[in-house]
Amino acid sequence: MRMRTMEISVGFLMLAGFLALVVLALNVSGLNLSDQGGGYKVYARFDNIGGLTPRAKVAMSGVQIGEVTSIRLDPQMLMAEVEMKIRDDVDFLSTDSSAQILTSGLLGEQYIGITSGAEDEMLKDGDRISDTQSALVLEDLIGKFLFNEVSD
Amino acid sequence: MDPLSDTIIDIRGLTFSRGSRTIFNNIDIQVPRGKVTAIMGPSGTGKTTLLKLIGGQLKPDAGQILLDGDNIPTLGRSDLFAARERMGMLFQSGALFTDMSVFENVAFPIRVHTDLSVDMIRDVVLMKLQAVGLRGAADLMPSELSGGMARRVALARAIALDPDIVMYDEPFTGQDPIAMGVLVNLIRRLNQALGHTSIVVSHDINETLSIADYVYIVADGRVIAKGSPEELAAVESDQVRQFMQGLPDGPVPFHYPAPDYLQQLLQGSR
Amino acid sequence: MLDWIQSLGHRGLSRLAAFGRAGRLLVQSLVARPEPVTMFPLLIKQLYFVGVLSLIIIVVSGGFIGMVLGLQGYTILVDYGSEQAVGQMVALSLVRELAPVVTALLFAGRAGSALTAEIGLMKATEQLASFEMIGVDPMRRIIAPRFWAGFISMPILTIIFSVVGVWGGALVAVEWLGIFDGSFWANMQQAVDFRNDVLNGVIKAVVFGFVVTWIAVFEGYDCIPTSQGISQATTRTVVFSSLAILGLDFLLTALMFGEL
Repeated sequence: MRMRTMEISVGFLMLAGFLALVVLALNVSGLNLSDQGGGYKVYARFDNIGGLTPRAKVAMSGVQIGEVTSIRLDPQMLMAEVEMKIRDDVDFLSTDSSAQILTSGLLGEQYIGITSGAEDEMLKDGDRISDTQSALVLEDLIGKFLFNEVSD
Repeated sequence: MDPLSDTIIDIRGLTFSRGSRTIFNNIDIQVPRGKVTAIMGPSGTGKTTLLKLIGGQLKPDAGQILLDGDNIPTLGRSDLFAARERMGMLFQSGALFTDMSVFENVAFPIRVHTDLSVDMIRDVVLMKLQAVGLRGAADLMPSELSGGMARRVALARAIALDPDIVMYDEPFTGQDPIAMGVLVNLIRRLNQALGHTSIVVSHDINETLSIADYVYIVADGRVIAKGSPEELAAVESDQVRQFMQGLPDGPVPFHYPAPDYLQQLLQGSR
Repeated sequence: MLDWIQSLGHRGLSRLAAFGRAGRLLVQSLVARPEPVTMFPLLIKQLYFVGVLSLIIIVVSGGFIGMVLGLQGYTILVDYGSEQAVGQMVALSLVRELAPVVTALLFAGRAGSALTAEIGLMKATEQLASFEMIGVDPMRRIIAPRFWAGFISMPILTIIFSVVGVWGGALVAVEWLGIFDGSFWANMQQAVDFRNDVLNGVIKAVVFGFVVTWIAVFEGYDCIPTSQGISQATTRTVVFSSLAILGLDFLLTALMFGEL
């Protein structure tokens, strides 16, 4: 009988450990089991991506609609090419949408903000967003400011 | 007839030292089969060490310990474990497994070494407990037993597999007179009833002499006397007489070696 | 002066000898032929003593540490207007560092010392010698199940610590300090990577569990079988385990997260 209560409580410990790992995976690290499934890929080129990293969020009006899946340098264009995955249910982005690299808060993470355009045709898997705006780089900003000062 | 004509354990030239201290210096001990052999001596002469050497838990520096011709210190692991199945040992503290009941303690060696059915094991355990008079205590835990009862349970466990040799490590130490009487009686009776060889290590003279067939007295790493209890009483050695009669002073001095008493007092505390 | 060097040498040699004995214990208890049938109930029992009974202290400490992290993180980050990042700060510091390290320290104090004292007492009361005389290897019967139980329990306890800690942080940050819970969790999920952060934390826990249990079991088995010897061995378990945990943590962090 005492052995039985022991076995039950050890079983509970194992179960709690397993559940905790699942919580850690899904809730804390945001591991998406249906990663391969839902979503379509969209590409965008930026002059400068600043501190953007893979897994950064892609948002529309601040609401997350997808995430950055990979970033690479395009050797021909000498620009950064960003691949992002947009959720399947977000199928209302027009082909003339614009992508912008934004920062949440002063020191927060960088993310891509999408603003929809006016075209009737919608973005499909493999399409490219041509209207992009690069990350704000503080040094460039200061440089521009100084340059303007001098040239005035 | 010479009691040493049929020996089961033959110790020859045994030397054992711990650190720089020599505990046994080239001793010879023969244990006759089916008899009660007592190994006696003052505290700290390594009597318990001798039992551990026989059990193969320690290895001697030199010498042989022959159990029916097998030299214990050179046995391989599995042979040693097989040899141990022939031995039962009653430890000084009883050494009952604290997380098992009395019944489970006695059943443990049987479970490990035999494939008996549950009912058979139950019968054997109850028989062993009956032999030590504790059948009624089968369901108690070791923490609920008195010292004397714990030692009797340990004895039941030691004889659970009907060993050829039962070794008793200081069985009488710290027991009240009644428990002591019970144990003396049990050791003698079990030896006669089961026909095994008993080795009793002790410094309780009267109790031990009353049950022993043959006695060794060990001191300073040597055997200083051996023989039947009657023979020992007649030995004319100061060392043996001091031990046998419990004299406070003699070859083993009352005072620990110290500088001159008067001088040390007069020196004051430096 | 020469005496001092001699005593240094003596202590060094005896430490080295202890390492050798510890290694032998490890090999004997683990490499020894496993016996699943007798081993399993013993393992369950030890998992209960080592794992289940440590659960309360782990949950309580995890909750409070998460709450403190939430509170401290908020007061610092609010100055930079980045208080939404408190989620990622709580989660990263817990999952990567605090959960494995604090769990291991508590585990050494709660379960490690108990293991040492138990085995030491079994040695002092001649139970270990008794197993040997009955023909049962105490390495397999006593040491091995305790070893595996510690090894298995540590990662589980660490994961539970992490989760409870994150919930504690969320409780403070979201419920009391009023951070929008969407950004709290989203920030956290974006920053915490399952493989790099969560799994590396678990690997640390596995290593710590191995080392702490090894130290605890060895100190118990190697202790001087007197009441003073057992108390010294228990102290040594806690001290050596803590030092080993902190030292190994630096090493593992450098290997996992450092640019080595």
